[in-house]
Formats: sequence, structure tokens, C-alpha cells
Amino acid sequence: MIQNIWLVPLFPLIGFLIAGILRKQLGAAAGWIASGAVLASFITSVLIFAEVNTAGFQSVDVHLYDFIKVGKLDISFSFRVDQLSSLFLLIITGIGFLIHIYSIGYMKGDAGFAKYFAFLNLFIFSMLLLVLGSNLVIMFIGWEGVGLCSYLLIGFWYHKKEYSVAARKAFVMNRIGDLGFLLGMFLLFAKVGTLDFASLESIALNSLWADPAYITAIALCFFVGATGKSAQIPLFTWLPDAMAGPTPVSALIHAATMVTAGIYMITRTHFIFSLSPTAQSIILMIGLATALVSASIAIKQNDIKKVLAYSTVSQLGFMFMALGVGAYTTAVFHVLTHAFFKALLFLGSGSVIHAMSDEQDIRKMGGLKKKMPITHITFLIGCVAIAGIPPLSGFFSKDEIMMNLFVHGDYGKVFWVLGMIAALLTAYYMFRLYFLTFSGTFRGGEKLESHLHESPSLMTMPLIVLAILSAVGGFLGVPEVFAHGAHWLQNFLDPVVEGSLSLRPVEHHLSHSAEYIMMAVAVAVAVIGILLAWNTYKKYDAKAENNGFAKLLEDKWLWDEAYENAFQKPFVKLSAFTEKTIEKKGIDGAVNGIGKLVHFASDKLRLLQNGSVGVYLFLMVIGMILLFIIQWLSNG
Amino acid sequence: MGSEILVILLLLPIVGALLSFFVKGNGAWFVGVAFSVLTILLSIVAYNALGTDGFLLFKHEWIPMLGANFNLSFHALGFLMCLLTGLVFLLSIIFVDAKEIENPSRFYGLMLLSQAGLLGVFLANDAFLFYIFWELALIPVYFLCSMYGGPNRIKASFKFFIYTFIGSLLMLVGIIYVHQQGATPNFSWEIFTATGNGLPLQTQIVLFAMFFLAFAIKMPIFPFHTWQPDTYEQSATPVTIILSAVMVKMGLFAVITWLLPVFQLAAEYWKESIMILSVISIVYASCMAIVQTNAKRLVAYSSIAHVGLMCAALFSYPVLGEEHLGAQAVVLQMFNHGINILGLWLLVHVAEKRFGTQDLREMGGIAKVAPIFTTALVIVSFANISLPLTNSFPAEFMMFLSLFKSGSAYAIGLTVFAGLSIIFAAIYTLRMIQQVAFGPADEEKNKAFTDLDWSQTIVMAVIVTIILAIGFYPNLIFNLLNTMH
Repeated sequence: MIQNIWLVPLFPLIGFLIAGILRKQLGAAAGWIASGAVLASFITSVLIFAEVNTAGFQSVDVHLYDFIKVGKLDISFSFRVDQLSSLFLLIITGIGFLIHIYSIGYMKGDAGFAKYFAFLNLFIFSMLLLVLGSNLVIMFIGWEGVGLCSYLLIGFWYHKKEYSVAARKAFVMNRIGDLGFLLGMFLLFAKVGTLDFASLESIALNSLWADPAYITAIALCFFVGATGKSAQIPLFTWLPDAMAGPTPVSALIHAATMVTAGIYMITRTHFIFSLSPTAQSIILMIGLATALVSASIAIKQNDIKKVLAYSTVSQLGFMFMALGVGAYTTAVFHVLTHAFFKALLFLGSGSVIHAMSDEQDIRKMGGLKKKMPITHITFLIGCVAIAGIPPLSGFFSKDEIMMNLFVHGDYGKVFWVLGMIAALLTAYYMFRLYFLTFSGTFRGGEKLESHLHESPSLMTMPLIVLAILSAVGGFLGVPEVFAHGAHWLQNFLDPVVEGSLSLRPVEHHLSHSAEYIMMAVAVAVAVIGILLAWNTYKKYDAKAENNGFAKLLEDKWLWDEAYENAFQKPFVKLSAFTEKTIEKKGIDGAVNGIGKLVHFASDKLRLLQNGSVGVYLFLMVIGMILLFIIQWLSNG
Repeated sequence: MGSEILVILLLLPIVGALLSFFVKGNGAWFVGVAFSVLTILLSIVAYNALGTDGFLLFKHEWIPMLGANFNLSFHALGFLMCLLTGLVFLLSIIFVDAKEIENPSRFYGLMLLSQAGLLGVFLANDAFLFYIFWELALIPVYFLCSMYGGPNRIKASFKFFIYTFIGSLLMLVGIIYVHQQGATPNFSWEIFTATGNGLPLQTQIVLFAMFFLAFAIKMPIFPFHTWQPDTYEQSATPVTIILSAVMVKMGLFAVITWLLPVFQLAAEYWKESIMILSVISIVYASCMAIVQTNAKRLVAYSSIAHVGLMCAALFSYPVLGEEHLGAQAVVLQMFNHGINILGLWLLVHVAEKRFGTQDLREMGGIAKVAPIFTTALVIVSFANISLPLTNSFPAEFMMFLSLFKSGSAYAIGLTVFAGLSIIFAAIYTLRMIQQVAFGPADEEKNKAFTDLDWSQTIVMAVIVTIILAIGFYPNLIFNLLNTMH
């Protein structure tokens, strides 16, 4: 089966073509065709996963064809099948399939129904290329491909101008990161002459191939790429705006899959990052800063999707913290659990928005638990999971990140405390969202209230499946302290990252009792966050405007405005000024000056235009041909 | 059939032009289509006739007194260019309705004449002949510019004329000078090259600059570019297409086949300066594109930015004559750029006709009523910003890489600045898509916008197919080029 790995991306590509080309003819069937394509991919992925999940499995590169083969540059279109990619295949196609099914219900009646599913399939295709690529170029193809799909889907309702603007912003921000990715590739290729993961790994781990500063430069370039795709400071501002797209898209692309591409890429190239402690420290700092900043913004947002968007940015920050301390498996573990509960939360919010006739302001919601029991229960499970209450999945993965922070270097405890603050904020904003939406009384007016209804089963079934996964997903990574060797994920992924394990400085391990105490603290922090939210928002009715610091948080620390004033406006002004001065007055002025000097030429020109051009040209051509023929004959 | 096929390839469009002057109306359109198809077919036949050394040479003495020869040379690069020429002429003639054109016999006649000139530039293996074709390609276009197009066309074509006239003059002086230095004065490529390389460095440096100026104007490179936005804006679409899809390649082609081989010492001397100038050109033109509100001017500046990268990559070789990644990529990108900008112009043409304006701010809201148009626009635009799996990505990737590995002391800086163009291109191209196609459809002009008709759809389908085929399998073109050893 592994040799047939190309089937996995092929199904959604075919689905994309069918749904895209026959979109008028297919109508509602497009949804089922697209879902079927992803299901076929999922089944293939499961079969492949079963083959990979055997003792002693060695990674396989499946060569499809030569993409670019010019001289020393040899880039093949080939796929890498190993533990890491096969796991991501399952996440992408599995959650992707659930979201496709959900979308059939959610997008029902939309004018662009078939087009939507075509784009969704194209996205799955691109994401699969990203994780399957056996070299950086193929990964980059998928990398930009998901950016394209994100652009298409954010701007899906293109008749609204601000949506198109959000789509452009997402693409451009991603492109800034992509430039980093490209430069990283060039630096790497210039030094080692290959971009193939297998060759790179053996070179990186077996020899001193470059000085540390050079390796740091490479790592930072790639990290810039990761901050774009995975919405980290400074390139994170596009993700909240990306909520303009249909909600299932937010679930699939802007929460569960695409935004984890940066994590995947760094894990894939772990051998570069592990060689550069400087780059790792920067990743840790950026991750931490992002987690704190976006969590603080999330506590004052009133749009249900914006809260979840900032939450996503914050959770991605947690994953980068894990990467920063070299805990690659832990980062992937959080990717996995986060994919479950964040997809669940987004789809749940979609269900709410559906019932609320597209109203997204949580101040106008409240008391929805009576009207929407399934959405309510599943959403609550998602909230508990992300808040980090055991035994739900978020607890395990977040706890593992925290433990890794605690034992990291001299300042590990400081990072741990700051991480805990972010965790406290997480529990707080999630339950603020929960209480405002589901408890209390409805604040949206009678008209909206009469419309409230539970969503159709096409939408609730995926919610239930994701809720189960969010609840039990954590058991894939049971901590060592509970049961020896029970961390399935670690055992599974070890072959992929074991190369850099040897590069990691030996860290002092915590005693069992210390670990238990820290877990207890973590749980207590989460409970405190929930109680604080409960205390404030249990019976919310305040109409008061935010002011002072709260207003600053609501305005997202004015981050967008700062960018606009620092980069966008001056840049456009400078360009316009250049056009007026250098282009028009400078160069054109000079040319026109020359033009006047060559007055003779202009006179001649005017004559030509007034004369009979056709005759002139005709004679010219005849003359030339005659000249040729005469010479020909005389020489011949 | 031997190398005589090259003569036929070259002369057929001239025959077509004469024919076109005599037939009326649709007949002229048909002549244009038929002779463009012939160009494509004959190019393919000639490619298949390439010798084992990758060349097909036609030699004939022409004016022995002067040492001028009717020498033609055909190789993989020339094949791609001839193929591109045929394709671009064919597709644009089909796409643009003959009814839109006043006096079609004159129009298509001049078009075919220009096609002959272009083929001549790509085939000539004699400096004198090269110069004649260089001018022959230009003169009909100059007339087309001044007779068809917008209200300011006279002014624009005058500017165009001034620029190219100065460039050509310098080149002519350069050609004559080199010719005079030969032991037995001869224009043939082999002797011309030997003579050029035999000159002392100081002389080469001056001559190189004179030639380069002529080619830089044609590409164009900052600061020799201001004729282009004006001319593109004012010319009729098919003329604009010839200028930007094919004529721009004359400059790059001439650098590859004449400038670099003939003045190798001077090339070494100049290459870093040219790379820097080209990168300035990229950034400058991108910034200009960002602030344009006119669709045609936006595409014009976008083209300048793209060509700047090609020119920079062309000079990014560490050692002349050794394997050069950049040159291979440039050759691919010359073809790609022709196809992509052809697609962009055709779509802008449709938008201009239907909206009655070139102003982007007046457009929009048509994605729903014109889905084929919008789909084509999105695909071609993303090819323009080198999205992976479109044709430009492998080429741009390799060009950046080549720039990075050029060995210049400024290599990293040059790559970063040139790399900024991928961000800038996204900014202006996505804005263009949005302004042309998206937004609310609440006005009469949005609702009345008709989609592409069937012949236009087929043309766009061909363009999109080429974009994706090369995008998925760029090695296709590199395999074609592999005859060139």
C-alpha cells in the first residue's frame, strides 16, 4: 500500500476537478462527491498507517517523477512515508472528512455550494502535499497551496469587500513568511546541495556541515515561514481576520490543519533546529509571547469566532513553546488534541451561528443550552478539554508542555509560570464564552429567539464524534508517571525525532511527587479560571462599554493599527511620491527633453503618419524581398 | 528536408503579410490565423530536424562585399521562442474579434510582418542580419502603435520611438565597430564573436554598454522603462501583447545569444552592476505597480518587475560557460512570461471592453455573472505571482537560487530584495483580481457583463493548460532544452 501513497492526494484532486468543473450540473451532489473523495483518502491513510505502525518500520520515500532535474539541482516529486507523515494524514483526512460532512448541512442552499466543496478538496490536496513531500520544495508547494485555498475560502463570499480584504491580508502575510521559507531553502542548498529530508538529516546529524551562526540563520528563516503560516508574532494578525470565511473552513483550515503546518515543518526539520540553541530560544520566546498576547485579547472579544481565533493563536503559541525546548513529540501531541477540540469548538460555534441566523455577537446570545442540547454538551466538552481539566485531552498535552518548560534550562520555572498565566487566561476566556453563549437568558430579542433550533444531524454527528475524540484523545499520551511506557505517541514518533534527542542537553528529571504537585497546580489554575468566568458571566447583563486597559485588549493591543501606520501607509505614500517625482518628472522629463532635441526625428515621424503608410510598407517589404532574391540568384 | 526549412519558417509570415494586404475583412483574419499555425508547425518540424549537436544551421553568403551573410541558426532556445511567437500571435488573433479592428487587412498584415521580424531575430546568426530583423520587427509595431489604440497613442508611440531609436542606433554603431576590427570583416556569428572577444577590455566595456542599453530598453530595465507603461496603456491589445509577450524576449534573447558570447571579458566586468540595476528595477517596478489604478499600467509594471528578475538571473553565473542554473530558468521563464502575460492582457482587454474603462476602481462585481472569466483571471493571476504548480514557480525558484549562488558579494542582499517581489506581486495582483472581479454586484454594468464566448474560452483553456502542465511537470521544458549541449 505504501507504494500507492499517491492515491491519498489523488482522490481529493479528482474531487476538486469534478466538483469544480461540473459545479453547475452537480448541485447538492457535489458535497457528497467531495466528502467521498476525502473518505477514500482517509481509508487509504488508515491502511498506510497500519503498515507504518509496526515494529521496526523504516521510513520510505516514494518517487513519482523528476520535478526539476537540471545539472546539480535534482528535485524529485516524491513522498515520504513515516510515522510523522502517516499520523498527519490521519488528522487531515479524518477531521477533514468530518468537516466535509458537517459542511453539507452548514452550506446547504448557498449559491456557491459546489465551488465551496471544490475549494475544500483542493485544500485537502495541498495539505497532503505539504505533509507528504519528501523534500522542502514539495513541502513548499503544499505550503503555498494551502495559502491559496485559505485565500479562496476566506474570500468565499466575495461580494463583501471586507472579506476580500481579509483574504488578501491572509495571503500577503503568509507570503512574507514564505519568503523566509525560500531564503532558508537557498541557504541550505548553497551549503549542502540538497533539499531532501533524508539526505539533510544524515548530513545534519553526522557532520559539522556549517558554523553555528549559519545554521541559526537557516533555522530562523524557516521559523519566519512558520510564524506566517502558524500565525505567531509578528505575523499573526491575519488569522483573526480569516474568520470571514464560512465557519467549517475556520474549523478545518484556521484551527485544525493549515495553521499547524509551521509546527509540522519544524518537526520535520528538527535536526536543523536542534543544532541551534539560539533559534530554539527565540522560538520559545515568540511562542510564549504569542500565547500570552493573544490569550489576553481573547478575554475581551465579543465575536464568538474571534474568541476562538485568538484562542487558536494562543494554543499555537503553546506548541511553539514545546518546539522551542526541543520537545517535538509534545508539540505534535498538542497539535493532535488541539485539532480535536478546536475543530469541535469551531463547528459548535458554527452550529450556534446557524441557529442565530448568522449573528456572531455573544452579547446577544445566552441560554442556548435549552434550545441546542447536543451543541451545548459537545461545546462544553470542548471547553473543558481546552481548559486542561483531566482526563480530557487538553490536560495531557498541555501538562506535557508545562513539564518540558519547567525543566528547561535556567529560566525554566519562569517560563512555566508565564505559561501557567496563559493557561489561566485560556480557561477564563473559554468559559466566559461558554457562559455568555449557553447559560443565563437569551439577549438577542424575540425574533431571533423564535428561530433558535438544534442543527440537523449532518452537523451534530461530527460534533459528537469530535467530542468523543476530545474527551479520550489524551490517552494517546499518558504521562510516564502514571504508567511506564504508556505514552503511545512518544513511542510511535521516537524513530522520527530520535536523531535530535542525542543533541538535547541532558535535563534533570522531576521526581514523581514533584510531577504530581505540578499537575495539581495546573488543574487548580484551570479551575480558578473557570470559577472567575463563572463569577463574572454567570448572569451577564451589563451593557457597559469597555474602557482603559480592557478597551485596549478589545482593540487587540492596536496591533493592526500599528502595522498600518508603520508599514502600509508610509509604503504606499512613498511609492506614490516616487511615481510623481522620479518616474514622471525625473525619467520622463529627461526623455521628453531628449525628444525635443531630436526634433528632426519628430518631424520625420509626423510625415510618416500623414503619408500613405500601407503603400510605404508594402514597398518596403517588396524591396527587401527583391534584395534577398537578387543576392540569392547572383550568389547561387 | 534540411536547414532550408528555416528559410521557409522565416519567409512564410512575409508571404502571409503580403496576402493579408490584398484580402478584405475576415479573410485577413483567417490569413493571420493560418500563418501563425504554420509558424508553430514549422518550428516543431525544425526542432525535430535538429542535429546531434543540438543545432540546425543554414549558411549562405548574402553581400560578400560587406561580409554579411544570410546565416540562420536554430536550437532549443530558438525553438521555444519561435513556438512562443506562433502561439502568442495565434491565440491573440483568435481571441480579439476581427470586428473590433478597423482596416483588418492592414492590421493583420502588419502583425504578420512583425512576426517575421521576430522570427528573424530568433534565427539570425549574422550580426547584420540580426540588426535588420531587429528593426523589421519594430517598424510594423511602431505603425500599429500609432494607428490603433487610445487617444494619446501618438504621444506614447513617439516616446516609444525615441527610446528604441536611441537603443538601436547605439547597437548599430557597436555592430559596425566590431565588424571593422575583424581581420577579414565579417558579420557571421562565429567571426563576430571571435572579433568581439579579441578586443581589449576597455573597448569591450564600452561596446558592451552600448549593446546592453539597446537590450535593456527593450526588456525594459529601470531607468529605461518609461516608454512601456505609456505604450501598453495606449496600444490596441494585440499590439500590446506582441510587445510584452514576445518583443520583450528579444532583449533577453539577444543577451544570451549575442551579448554574453561576444564580450565575455566585459560581461565579467559588468555583471554585478547589471544584477544590482535589475534588482532595483524589480523593487521599483513592483512599488509602481502597487499604486497604479489603471489596469494596463499595473500589468505593465508587473511585467517590468518580472523581466528584471530574469535579467538579474541571466547575469548571476559564477563562471561564464559553465553550467548555469539561472540561464535555464530564464529560458523557461521567457516562455512562461509570454504565456502568462498573454492571458492577463486578453482578460484585461475583455474587462476594458465591457466596462468601457481601464480604471480598476470602476470595475468589479462580476464573479457571479462571469464565472469563466473570473476563474481564468484567478488562475492566470496566480501564475503571475508564481504560485507553486503554476509554470512560473519552478523558474522563479531557480532564478532566486541562482542569484543567491551567484558568488557576488551582495548575493544575499540581492536575493532578499528580489525576493520582496513575491510579496509585492501578491499585493498588487490580488488587488487587481479583487477590483476587476469581486465586490458587490449592484450596478447595471456588473449585471450586464457577459462571460467569455466559446472561442475566448478555448483560448483561455489552452493558456491555463500550458500554465498547469509546466507547473506540474517543469522538467518537460528542461528535457526539451537538453538538446542544447
